[in-house]
Amino acid sequence: MVRELEKYLRPGIGITTYCPGCGEAILMGLILRAIDELQLNMDDMLFVSGIGCAAWIPSPYFNADTLHTLHGRTIVFATGAKLVNPKLKVMVISGDGDLADIGGNHLIHGARRNIDLTVICANNMNYGMTGGQVCSTTPLGALTMTTHQGNPFCPFDLCQLVKAAGAAYVARYAVTQPFAMIRGIKKALQTEGFAFVEAVTPCPVQFGRRNELGRPADMLKDLMAKCVMREKAEKLSPEELKDKIITGEL
Amino acid sequence: MGLQKVKSILPAGSYYFSGDEAVAEGAIAARCGYCAGYPITPATETLERLSIRFGETGAVFMQMEDEIASICSCIGASWAGAKALTVTSGPGFSLMQEGIGYAVFTETPVVIVDAQRTGPSTGQATRVGSGDIMQAKWGSHGDYLIIALSPWSVQELYDQTIIAFNLAERFRVPVLLMAEEATAHLRERVQVSGEVELFSREKKAGAPPFGTRENDGVPPMPAFGEGEKLLVTGSTHDEHGLRRITHPDIHEKLVTRLHNKILHHGQEIIQYENYYLEDATVVVVCYGFTARSSLFAVERMREEGKQIGMIRLKTLWPFANDVIRDIGSRVKKILVPEMNLGQVVGEVMKYASCEVVPYNQVNGEIIHPKTITEQLRRLG
Ligand SMILES: Cc1ncc(C[n+]2csc(CCOP(=O)(O)OP(=O)(O)O)c2C)c(N)n1
Repeated sequence: MVRELEKYLRPGIGITTYCPGCGEAILMGLILRAIDELQLNMDDMLFVSGIGCAAWIPSPYFNADTLHTLHGRTIVFATGAKLVNPKLKVMVISGDGDLADIGGNHLIHGARRNIDLTVICANNMNYGMTGGQVCSTTPLGALTMTTHQGNPFCPFDLCQLVKAAGAAYVARYAVTQPFAMIRGIKKALQTEGFAFVEAVTPCPVQFGRRNELGRPADMLKDLMAKCVMREKAEKLSPEELKDKIITGEL
Repeated sequence: MGLQKVKSILPAGSYYFSGDEAVAEGAIAARCGYCAGYPITPATETLERLSIRFGETGAVFMQMEDEIASICSCIGASWAGAKALTVTSGPGFSLMQEGIGYAVFTETPVVIVDAQRTGPSTGQATRVGSGDIMQAKWGSHGDYLIIALSPWSVQELYDQTIIAFNLAERFRVPVLLMAEEATAHLRERVQVSGEVELFSREKKAGAPPFGTRENDGVPPMPAFGEGEKLLVTGSTHDEHGLRRITHPDIHEKLVTRLHNKILHHGQEIIQYENYYLEDATVVVVCYGFTARSSLFAVERMREEGKQIGMIRLKTLWPFANDVIRDIGSRVKKILVPEMNLGQVVGEVMKYASCEVVPYNQVNGEIIHPKTITEQLRRLG
């Protein structure tokens, strides 16, 4: 991480615990850039995270109030804090398993209540922390530690889910779209109400390895090729959109 | 900070409340700033009343999507600086257990009312039981001690709600109020005094929020938004809140301090009442609604000249070990009537050297005074 962002990091905390090639570490930098560009004061911010690799993004690294909660319960912890102190700028950062599987009910109810929270969901298509098991976001047919014959179930489209539930802002970007992602996070932070950003991110060590997706750089290149901005996607046929990830504000 | 006298919000006087309503009013008196819950018989009326009354006092009421959401949002609210309350019954209390453990480990004050009904599972939703006493003690995983109170009247539901908030703030712990359907749905007169004594969490800018020099201390508790850059985590942590998940010493030190902060303050926490103990040869040890029937029975037996006494436990956890040890060495027999298949009786057996006799009833009805009288007659 470049030195200009160092002021946002908790002094005395050394290296991160992310695996080599992990996109969640890229996401960490992008979140801080969005905060930096908006000139937000870290003393006014509360970062709430759950359990999982993505949940370690703010805790302990961000130099602000952090609430590292139970698996799946980020949004409701954040709701209590925000309602009691509306001056807090509350950002939830967690994984797809945390927010959409065990915490799925809180996710849709959080969106429905439309309380002012910014939610960043790192979607790495599996459970990274526990060793690469299937998630509600794992693509159909993908191999994981608990789907050795291929995932028999269709994944959630998290953005459509959260949008249908009533969120004020919904967007999806990959960590390979850093400028768009920063813009999206900034917009989410500026939105009054429930704002949701799905951050698609490669997990080379758990997901990539099992699905023979190559080295971290190959996974990043693959992700770049797969992502299509919504405006462009609207002009493509269903065949052309097969295996594509539609990104942008949704 | 510390204990302070403040004016009661409700004007002093005599009120006619149900137990659930008394909990709501006790919470308001204690300056509770946040209540979240999910409706369940027989606790629902507390939520309904607070949804109206908080509108008047400016505190936040939330009906959440389930009891997990309720307890977790209370913990978030507590760290944002509010006194927080959730109320539930058996099925919801089960769902809350992981959150209760999180509150223990992060030293978060929060009050949880379990208006007990019969179980297991859905049981008899509108009937009374006291089957959650051991769950209160052991419900969440790992080693910890908990504070649990047991009210026997609507008045005491009001008083103990305030006490529960004070203990939660004083020791930075979750406090359980183990109500029962019979008192939750009972209507009785409640005396509200013009002043209440309230404890508010200690604050000390810059002090470590998760450690003290003593091995049983309670650290000061800052709130979010005060510039303390707090690290709150349910993982093992050092005194600054920094995650330390492989150090044997740090884990042992933390878990031991959290244990000791309750164990070493029993004098301050444990409350009980003695009745007719001077010459008693047989003593009833009881709690909650069953203590009402027991007192009735004991007084009848006294009229007949029988040397029977009674101890009413107002605090269930931490257990009144010394009280039971002492009485057990002075009497011939102890009777422990309970609306469960024997929970507190096991604790009494642990500490009393005399004969300990359980009486158990799990039919969803209160134990009738006549039943207790019969049991006492049998003990001779
Ligand atoms: C109640 C509970 N069940 C299971 C776990 C174990 N667990 C820890 S992290 C995790 C999955 C995390 O996956 P995700 O949220 O996708 O985050 P990632 O590690 O992939 O970033 C699981 C199942 C837990 N901590 N708590």
